[in-house]
Amino acid sequence: MTRNLNIWKRLDKPVILIFFLLVVIGWFNIYAAVYNEEHTRIIDLSQRYGKQFIWILATFVIAVFVVVIDSRFYTFFAWFVYGFVILLLMLVLVLGKEINGARSWFQIGPLSLQPSEFAKAGTALALASYLNSRKLDLNRFRAFVISTGIIILPAILVAIQPDMGSALVYFSLFIVLFREGMSPYIFISGFIMLILFFFTILFNNLYLTVALIGIAFILAWLASRKWTIVLAGLGIFIASSAVVYLFNRIIAKSLEDDQILFIALVLSGLAYGIYFFNKKAVSVMVIYIFLLGSLVFVNSVDFAFTRILKPHQKERVEIMLGIKSDPHGTGYNVNQSIISIGSGGFAGKGYLKGTQTKFKFVPAQSTDFIFCTIGEEWGFLGSFFIISLYVVLLFRLIILAEKQRSMFSKVYGYAVASVLFVHFFINIGMAIGIVPVIGIPLPFLSYGGSSLWGFTILLFIFLRLDASRAEYLI
Amino acid sequence: MKDAYINRKYVIMAVIALSALVLLVRLFIIQVVKETYRLSADNNVLRYVTQYPARGLIYDRNKKYLVYNQAAYDMMVVPAQVTRIDTATFCQLLEITTSSFRERMNAAISYSRRAPSVFLKQISAETYAGLQEKMFMFPGFYVQPRTLRKYSKPIAAHLLGYVSEVDEGIIRKDPYYKAGDYIGKLGIEEAYEKELRGRRGVKIYLVDVYSRIKGSYADGRLDTTAVQGKDIISTIDMDLQEYGEMLMRNKTGSIVALEPKTGEVLTLVSSPNYDPALLVGRVRSENFAKLSADTLNLPLFNRAIQAKYPPGSTFKPINGLIGLAEGVITPSTMFGCSNGYLFVGCHSHSSPLDLVHGISNSCNSYFCQTFRRILENPRYGSVSEAYTRWKEYLNEFGFGKKLGIELTNELPGLVPSPAYFDKYYGKNRWKALTVISMSIGQGEIETTPLQMANMTAAIANRGYYYIPHIVRSVGDNEPIDKKFLTKRVVSIDTALFGPIIDGMEEAVNGGGGATASVAALKDITVCGKTGTAQNPHGKDHSVFIAFAPKNDPKIAIAVFVENAGFGATYAAPVASLMIEKYLKGEVSNKALEQRMIELKLSAGDKEP
Repeated sequence: MTRNLNIWKRLDKPVILIFFLLVVIGWFNIYAAVYNEEHTRIIDLSQRYGKQFIWILATFVIAVFVVVIDSRFYTFFAWFVYGFVILLLMLVLVLGKEINGARSWFQIGPLSLQPSEFAKAGTALALASYLNSRKLDLNRFRAFVISTGIIILPAILVAIQPDMGSALVYFSLFIVLFREGMSPYIFISGFIMLILFFFTILFNNLYLTVALIGIAFILAWLASRKWTIVLAGLGIFIASSAVVYLFNRIIAKSLEDDQILFIALVLSGLAYGIYFFNKKAVSVMVIYIFLLGSLVFVNSVDFAFTRILKPHQKERVEIMLGIKSDPHGTGYNVNQSIISIGSGGFAGKGYLKGTQTKFKFVPAQSTDFIFCTIGEEWGFLGSFFIISLYVVLLFRLIILAEKQRSMFSKVYGYAVASVLFVHFFINIGMAIGIVPVIGIPLPFLSYGGSSLWGFTILLFIFLRLDASRAEYLI
Repeated sequence: MKDAYINRKYVIMAVIALSALVLLVRLFIIQVVKETYRLSADNNVLRYVTQYPARGLIYDRNKKYLVYNQAAYDMMVVPAQVTRIDTATFCQLLEITTSSFRERMNAAISYSRRAPSVFLKQISAETYAGLQEKMFMFPGFYVQPRTLRKYSKPIAAHLLGYVSEVDEGIIRKDPYYKAGDYIGKLGIEEAYEKELRGRRGVKIYLVDVYSRIKGSYADGRLDTTAVQGKDIISTIDMDLQEYGEMLMRNKTGSIVALEPKTGEVLTLVSSPNYDPALLVGRVRSENFAKLSADTLNLPLFNRAIQAKYPPGSTFKPINGLIGLAEGVITPSTMFGCSNGYLFVGCHSHSSPLDLVHGISNSCNSYFCQTFRRILENPRYGSVSEAYTRWKEYLNEFGFGKKLGIELTNELPGLVPSPAYFDKYYGKNRWKALTVISMSIGQGEIETTPLQMANMTAAIANRGYYYIPHIVRSVGDNEPIDKKFLTKRVVSIDTALFGPIIDGMEEAVNGGGGATASVAALKDITVCGKTGTAQNPHGKDHSVFIAFAPKNDPKIAIAVFVENAGFGATYAAPVASLMIEKYLKGEVSNKALEQRMIELKLSAGDKEP
């Protein structure tokens, strides 16, 4: 009994407070988003706020339940839980109900459950367990591959449903890997790839190719500081370009300009190779390889974007980048969302007075676009407040994670923070138009039983682990 | 535990902080800095105002307006935006009662509080002018401009059709349409709906709490302009149509006049008819109900293409033609007539007669015997086979099937197949004499005035016709359906038409015995044929077909006047007046014209 009381006392108050605040504010906003003059009773189960009320009550019960379970349960059963959620993710592809073209939900009587929400906690547990097992160097191949595998397996299963948005969230766990020593270059390359991805869509391939080659030569000069070598390299490149160009004009006639340059580059590489090998100019060689890699990447992105991405996904990216404007079709959600939020002004229009909200201009307003209600009715002040709540929560989680004595709890804590962070940034970013529309909920605020419970479980497992940190040295 | 990467926590926290900052900056920009959204801060809403395109105009063949558009305004309401307003003033400006206001408001609310609905349809331009500057007093209400049809003359209702609002069924069938759209019904309005309707556009406005338009949303970037409907040039001669309708006033029947060389319909009259302006705008449903309920006059019934008349003696020329084609008679073949032939009676005239005079005297005996020869032609194994061949000729001329005019409710008439008689009399139990009445256009034969006019055109052309149509061009000189521009040639030698035409010329201009001399014109050679269709329900129908001039014919016409006795009595004068009016622009026999106009022969003239 004393132990249990201690646990309750040891649960981190700031986190619980923020949790509570978010959940309650969430409820009030759902009420506003769904508000309808004809249904004013609060506990109206036919309306979403009525249902959310029930989900919230259930969430408190679940939270208590999670805390009461001994923390050793989590460490011991981490892999079982992971296996279980993986199984659920597979089952939903077969037994799940098809909604909007995706099988993401189980229908059990009146209840709908979305396994991908719960799988986040399972994956976090598995990752924590793996990274805890022995002193791992994440820069070693094997450790890297297994950690990535733990993350990617559920992501792929979710992507098959198909639900690209929810699948992307799993990649947030790479932040955990970063904290545990994974090379930052992976992130930097990832970041560069992201930029190249957008640039490929925005700009013509030829200009991009020329730009990249130009940058590579500049970098080569910076790395070697030898004018003559760089100029020689440039000369070789220009010569081979001319050769390939003529070849194309006379014989092949089917090559695009950027393809000509690429082939010229590869040919030049033969000449460069001699230099690299003789002078062991590693850095310049790396630059060269990187250049080739980027060009290949650019072309694959181009290919993937035009051939592989589905039209509505393409459109979402194009709309975000501003090259396409379709306010009545695909851009409708975002457009209306930005209008709503923008119309909130500094202090908002007041509770239940949001006209865009009232007049139902923003679709999905109680789920993915719940931030609109906040933006419109509470204005910049309200938005600032909510964002601060999240930032404080995330910082608090990181601080707590650092305080952990066991690797397992620390990793798990970071996992929670990562998942919440990515949801937070993408959801709000999407609502204000700086991120393409990816349908994922705002933690604790969005309507939805599965998402609320999923996040609650995710969070409270950590609270329990944290509360136990003085007791067990796991 | 030693942790080599502990400093990374700062990196992570920095990333979080930076991301939050990015979000906040963006939020600051759209919430505090940007004007466009701030306009919405005053409880603005986006208003989608549909830009209804002007419907295409319809002209007559001489490019005179038949149908054009007038402005009308629908009063729209969004109940959720309506605050307390001065109801009394509003009702006064709109000319409605306060109880009507309450009714309409309730109807709008039960439809939807938030979506706009029509509060009052088609306010006149004058009412709107008075309202316009006061609209700010009535938030939640706004005006949607529409166009309504206006007719330069109250004629051609059956040809033009009318315009009504779409209903559920139409929306379901064609998703282009939305509630509140207009669609053409009957006539040219329906046949060329797609061309006339243009394409809807939309203007998106930012509107403040006083219902004032603050500006275009997104600088009008998302607006789409309405595309005007295409104009239609019809084949109708407006003056002739007006004249025809005037002549047929207070009579029941139909006139169809075609231009033989092209198949263009110059005039299509069905009487009794109605003023097309009755079916415009707010009064349409009420008037439509009244017109539908008029079972005595049946004004909505288009006799030109839907009435099934026995053609009577006007059918003789074609039977003569078939006789010549089959080789069972020649122009000099004579038949005697003793006030009839067997059981078919005939009026008194000289006997025997050759083909030309058989036509001009309208001798029943001549054609009964011709028909008999056609059916008993030894070339065919049986009457049934010979009859089939006879029927084929008629089908070639457009009888027994729809001709294909653009009007949607055309009927095919009836030329029975041998199977029909087989069923009725028994196979091989009927002979030429059984069906002899068809030789003189009675019996089972049913034709529409359009078919008769078409046949007349084919005879005038000496062996070909073009499918009758009422439109010559669409939009910027776009061509009409190819089927109207394809020559339809009948399988009868051109030379054989000569004697038939001579007979018809003789009927009008021939002197003694000629039945249609009343139709003769001074300096134009009119060819025609009278008909008196027997009517079991009352007085006989008066029928006349004609074309003029004999060489290089410019007009082919068929006139049916119900319950009017002999063909010569009423149908022929009407036809000749029409011909003269068309060819010369005015009529010489004013007395005849006056008499025809004043004649009243409405449906009341039926035997009890």
